[in-house]
Amino acid sequence: MGSANPNLVELRDLKVTFDGVEVLHGIDLDVARGEALGLVGESGCGKSVTWLAALGLLPGKAAVTGSVRVDGRELCGARRSALEEIRGGRIAMIFQDPSSSLNPVLSVGRQIVEALRLHRGLRGGAARAEALRLMDMVGIPDPPRRFDLYPHEFSGGQCQRLMIAMALAGQPDLLIADEPTTALDATIQAQILDLLNTLRAETGMALVFISHDLGAVSQVCERVCVMYAGRIVEEATVAQLFSEPRHPYTRGLFDAIPRIDAPRQRLLPISGTVPNPKHLPEGCSFSPRCPRAVDACGRERPPLTPLDDGRRLACTRPVPLAASRRRIPQGVMQ
Amino acid sequence: MNPLIEANDLLRIYETRRGLFGRTSPVRAVDGVSLAVVQGETLGIVGESGSGKSTLGRMLLGIDPAQAGEVRFSGRPMPKSGTAEWRALRAKMQLVYQDPLAALDRRLTITAQIGEPLEIHRMIPKEHRAARVAELMAAVGLRPDQAGRFPHELSGGQRQRAVIARALASRPKLLVCDEPVSALDVSIQAQVVNVLRDLQEQNGIAMVFISHDLKVVRNIADRVAVMYLGRIVEEASSDVIFQSPQHPYTKALVSSVPVPGKPLEGRMILQGEPPNPAERPSGCAFHPRCPLARDICRTSVPALRQIGSGRTAACHIVAGEAASIETLRRRA
Repeated sequence: MGSANPNLVELRDLKVTFDGVEVLHGIDLDVARGEALGLVGESGCGKSVTWLAALGLLPGKAAVTGSVRVDGRELCGARRSALEEIRGGRIAMIFQDPSSSLNPVLSVGRQIVEALRLHRGLRGGAARAEALRLMDMVGIPDPPRRFDLYPHEFSGGQCQRLMIAMALAGQPDLLIADEPTTALDATIQAQILDLLNTLRAETGMALVFISHDLGAVSQVCERVCVMYAGRIVEEATVAQLFSEPRHPYTRGLFDAIPRIDAPRQRLLPISGTVPNPKHLPEGCSFSPRCPRAVDACGRERPPLTPLDDGRRLACTRPVPLAASRRRIPQGVMQ
Repeated sequence: MNPLIEANDLLRIYETRRGLFGRTSPVRAVDGVSLAVVQGETLGIVGESGSGKSTLGRMLLGIDPAQAGEVRFSGRPMPKSGTAEWRALRAKMQLVYQDPLAALDRRLTITAQIGEPLEIHRMIPKEHRAARVAELMAAVGLRPDQAGRFPHELSGGQRQRAVIARALASRPKLLVCDEPVSALDVSIQAQVVNVLRDLQEQNGIAMVFISHDLKVVRNIADRVAVMYLGRIVEEASSDVIFQSPQHPYTKALVSSVPVPGKPLEGRMILQGEPPNPAERPSGCAFHPRCPLARDICRTSVPALRQIGSGRTAACHIVAGEAASIETLRRRA
């Protein structure tokens, strides 16, 4: 354990196998203290599984191998008690559907107090006072009046705020937010993104933001990993990724998103569909859908390699720099 | 051009009960909505959950009866739902919804399902059916070898294609799409949006495209109506409304769309949540969240008024009514 290591979490060669089918193929990833990291990709790419596996939250039939270190302590294969100390305390996680994560028969105040008792040993009046402070911090209006209400008496956006309050109860060093805004309306989504930014500035915690929405990711994150079929295919800062996506898949994702500030035009989809993990194509998993693929792409899988500009990329025929820059419409990087 | 489908002052009230024995309270899901769509045009309807956009879509097809107001199709009043005339007319107007797995029969192959409307509406002789199904599958981009598959053997995008093919089988003049691509991944979403757009251009279908995703609506719709708590608050062409939204709610909605690479700062973030439709605020329903709200907004409901060529908005401030009424009051 040394403060010399800036990384809070280090994943090395993390693999997950469900019923003999490998779905996560060796993830290497660091999260530095206080940083905001985004994980993007389509459904089934492994962005959620990575963190569920790291925290030991996958069901028993999943086989997890590799190394997960938090502050230098190995979590993979650790005892349950060691895991519980980390989960909720050092690392907290919130999910897409807040109403199914809250207990419907307990008042929200009691649920926050329970988290405070577990992680910080607070009881009685002190716990209540802290719970009220947390509710206020996440923007629940008039907390004393709403302390004894039940989850169904809150809207979806407010339930997500309450989930965040519970996650903050353990004063975590890292908050993992798995699609926290996907189920919410547009105006509420903006409120929650804003809240996450404010909380990070106030508490200095690190954030892992898992989302399929590149727009949302760019508003809360500093660094982004793009995942495809159980692997990281590109990792870069938000500025790099959005101005010059190099992996053809990243580039394809950008092209496929309709733009609100561009005229009506045909969209540029990525052809084909995400491969079935049971029958992954040979070589680069993206090659059957890739417009830049050559024969070699179907034979050999390119490893995730660091580039000179600081990004990591897994592609033998990346989008050339000039071309990737020219295609991004003006006004994007204001 | 005469509108293909026209709705005048539609009203739909649901009764909701509070608790098991509680009093019922009326929810005005759709409250005085008028609209018109001409052949070959796409009208986008956007709004948050509870805005009544899906109910409106169902009312346009006559599935949910209007309690007041009327729907006219090709200039004639919509027959009552369930009647023989209505069933016959349903061949001309089809619905595509968000969840294709729920819309498809799990025990039938997709060929059987795409062919079903042909059978029901007895549109073409039996011997030509197979050819028409193959043609429809090709039109939505399904491969011939997928014909014998069951819904669970297809991906989400392929299932939605099958639903679209089935909707098109009876050569409809109107397609109501309720969140057709919301459940799909970005790369697949673009494929399905393109399919819809191509089919519409080739066949001149009128389309009502309901979605909470402004980016998709921007891309596919000619004209856009924004709904808030059962009413249309602004309507304009797609180009105009996203570039210069006028109603404060539309402004907030457009501003809340995350643009890749644009920081959150400087965006208009609304306070508060959409109110419960059962407890509709007085006056303009948006006033508790509106940064511009004045006294008049709390008491008087703004009407949808022309605020420029081809665009309307329901806002006292935008229409300049607030100023004139307040001066009147001061004089009085």
